Amino acid sequence: MATTLGFHIILACFGIAFPTIVLMAEYRGLRRSDDAAMLLARRWSQVLGVLVAVGAVTGTVLSFEMGLLWPGLMRTYGAVLGVPFGFEGIFFFLEAIFTGIYLYGWQRLPGWTHFWTGIPIGLTGIGGAVSVMAANSWMNQPGGFTLSHGRIVAVDPWQVFFNRASLYETPHMILAAYMVVGFMVASVYAAGILKGHRDRYHRLGFGIPFTIGAILTPVQIFVGDTAARAIASQQPVKFAAIEYVTRTARGVPEYLGGFYVNGHVYFGLPIPDADSLLVGFSPHTRVIGLDSVAPADRPPALTLIHLSFDAMAGLAFLLLLAGLWALLVWRRRRGLPRQSWFWWLGILCGPAALVAMECGWIVTEVGRQPWVVYQLMTTSQAATTNGGVIDSLTAVIVLYAVLGVATLIILRMLARRWRKGPQTEPETGVPYGPPAERREPTGREPA
Amino acid sequence: MIVDVVGGILLAGLTLYAALGGADFGGGLWDLLAGGYQRGRASRQLIDDTITPVWEANHVWLIFILVIFWTAFPPAFAAVMTAAALPLWLAAFGIVLRGAGFAFRKEVETLHWQRTFGAIFAFSSLIVPFFMGTVIGAIASGRVPANPAHTDLAVWTGPTSLLIGALFVAVCAYLAAVFLTREASRRGDHRLRRYFAQRAAVAGTISGALSLATLLEIHGSNRALYHGLTHRGLPLVIVAAACGLAVLALLATGRSQGLRPLSVLGVAAVVWGWGVTQYPALLPGTYLTLTTASAPHSILVTVVVVFVAAALLVGPSFLLLFSLHGHQLLESENLQEKADETGAGR
Repeated sequence: MATTLGFHIILACFGIAFPTIVLMAEYRGLRRSDDAAMLLARRWSQVLGVLVAVGAVTGTVLSFEMGLLWPGLMRTYGAVLGVPFGFEGIFFFLEAIFTGIYLYGWQRLPGWTHFWTGIPIGLTGIGGAVSVMAANSWMNQPGGFTLSHGRIVAVDPWQVFFNRASLYETPHMILAAYMVVGFMVASVYAAGILKGHRDRYHRLGFGIPFTIGAILTPVQIFVGDTAARAIASQQPVKFAAIEYVTRTARGVPEYLGGFYVNGHVYFGLPIPDADSLLVGFSPHTRVIGLDSVAPADRPPALTLIHLSFDAMAGLAFLLLLAGLWALLVWRRRRGLPRQSWFWWLGILCGPAALVAMECGWIVTEVGRQPWVVYQLMTTSQAATTNGGVIDSLTAVIVLYAVLGVATLIILRMLARRWRKGPQTEPETGVPYGPPAERREPTGREPA
Repeated sequence: MIVDVVGGILLAGLTLYAALGGADFGGGLWDLLAGGYQRGRASRQLIDDTITPVWEANHVWLIFILVIFWTAFPPAFAAVMTAAALPLWLAAFGIVLRGAGFAFRKEVETLHWQRTFGAIFAFSSLIVPFFMGTVIGAIASGRVPANPAHTDLAVWTGPTSLLIGALFVAVCAYLAAVFLTREASRRGDHRLRRYFAQRAAVAGTISGALSLATLLEIHGSNRALYHGLTHRGLPLVIVAAACGLAVLALLATGRSQGLRPLSVLGVAAVVWGWGVTQYPALLPGTYLTLTTASAPHSILVTVVVVFVAAALLVGPSFLLLFSLHGHQLLESENLQEKADETGAGR
């Protein structure tokens, strides 16, 4: 499940955020008759087509896996989890329908009509994300139902959907999706610019997605900080695992890096009182430690959780730095930076955002262990009693590895075809599209 | 009662998935059987044109069914997912390979890779309906226990299950061929129309034969189910048979009007015939019925609300998609031309 989710989450990000970015390029192309922007939009939407197809099928596998791997969870809480997933179903339906119209409507639908058929994709992507995050955050902060003799007897759908954790988890994930897609697309064109293709096509291809990512980064840091504080009060053990808080105390130090072995932190850089300060804005704030619960109820792999959190936060500041650099240069001379250092950083931003997102996902999922539904059901209670789980998981991992590599190869192939020029351009002869131009674009897309 | 409404919603979802998703799977089968590059290019192109913009949306019905099933009837869902885990895993793998193969085939340029991905797409189009059919067969023949601890080959490898698996494959092929016949005739391509009409007739005949074989098999092995199908379910069984015969007659006389509604009605009658027969049991032979397996009332209300919202939002959107598609305003790139450009022959 972890593998499939870890893979699907990348595609989900593209499903959530990429349509909006494609639409921004198309808007610019239509509004200002900007051929370069239009070409970008067309090519991006072709990439989107591949990613949405792979995302649709991996998403289906996830709904199979809910039952195949977690029958215990579904038997007891299926009814509750069904609420957010039911809404997600509607959003996914609409998304799939309008994606079908948008992707294949380029040739025959008139310009602005085509643009408007894309709007529902962006909206339903966000709606779907809200629904899925409602389910995930419910597992962190379960509520809105009544249990009696191990069976759910009553459910309040609103409380399930808008549980306490969804208020911060949902915006955190949606922002992450936009940042991941924005920075990843931008880094492709950063690579092109570094190779010397400083034409308008590449500058736009970098500028549009990078701007989105850069604007959202400070917002994300604020939301993430709020989320961490909420976790400190709502899931103190997870927080203690994140920050290596062994004992409940005041004046708790904040460790940067370090390994946790048998209650000791090695090679970590402690900042005195900083953790208490971050939690309650005062060095005297009491922070609940791991000793508040029995060892069996503490998350495993503390080092993994802590380092993932540090990596996520550290990378966020790296992205912030890149954004600030571009902003400063833009204010000074209305252009993009010229230093090749900046473009190296630009290339780095995509993978950095991706790694940060996956790290955040590790923190929230591993940090919740041993619970699958926080303080109500353990992961082992939820898991299937079927043997052969290892076999099926191995099969899943192999299949997804092949799928991932194939997706990358396909996208590279697209890029190569685009680079070859107009002979094989799929967009020749488009009624309102750009005339095929002989440029040397790298429409490459690392997924 | 509200559980019956929810059960009906589940059946409606199944019907739509069987009709729309089934036709997409069947398209993959005909792609597999289309022959070599030269011979199969026209039919493959038609299949590709018909499936491309709509398959993802059609596919969502499956997710919708799964979600409603687990939401409204969690214990039954957990039981099926545990007992029939193996065919469901295989179907899930098939779904991944099929979607990915189909999407990738469009994007690759060389013939070799088009063939590879095309074969993956076509072959997995065969296995997904088969394994799904075996699971439905397992449920219908009462082999899924209420509290299974382990998956069991015996659950889904009974003769009824295997026959229904084969029936699913044949029905998908039949639906697809009917849809493609209609599409070819609308485009005025008489050669392709004849081509798919013949195949629709063959697949329809095989589907009919497999249905009869299944009935005979059930007559021997599962008296309760047979009794249900020949009494409470009888009207729907007759409707299904009549629709099938009517479609065959239309095909023989070379008419295309009414082909699609009749074939869909026939498939719907089969799905509802099954539902009516085993009502109110969810997993026949166990204590799990619509009532005993159901989620709390408020959840069932939510399911109905979600379904109504879906019908109001998704229905018109689907109509828009299908009508744009019908007027050929959505088009995918020409697969074969691309292969030709690279100087290779499929």
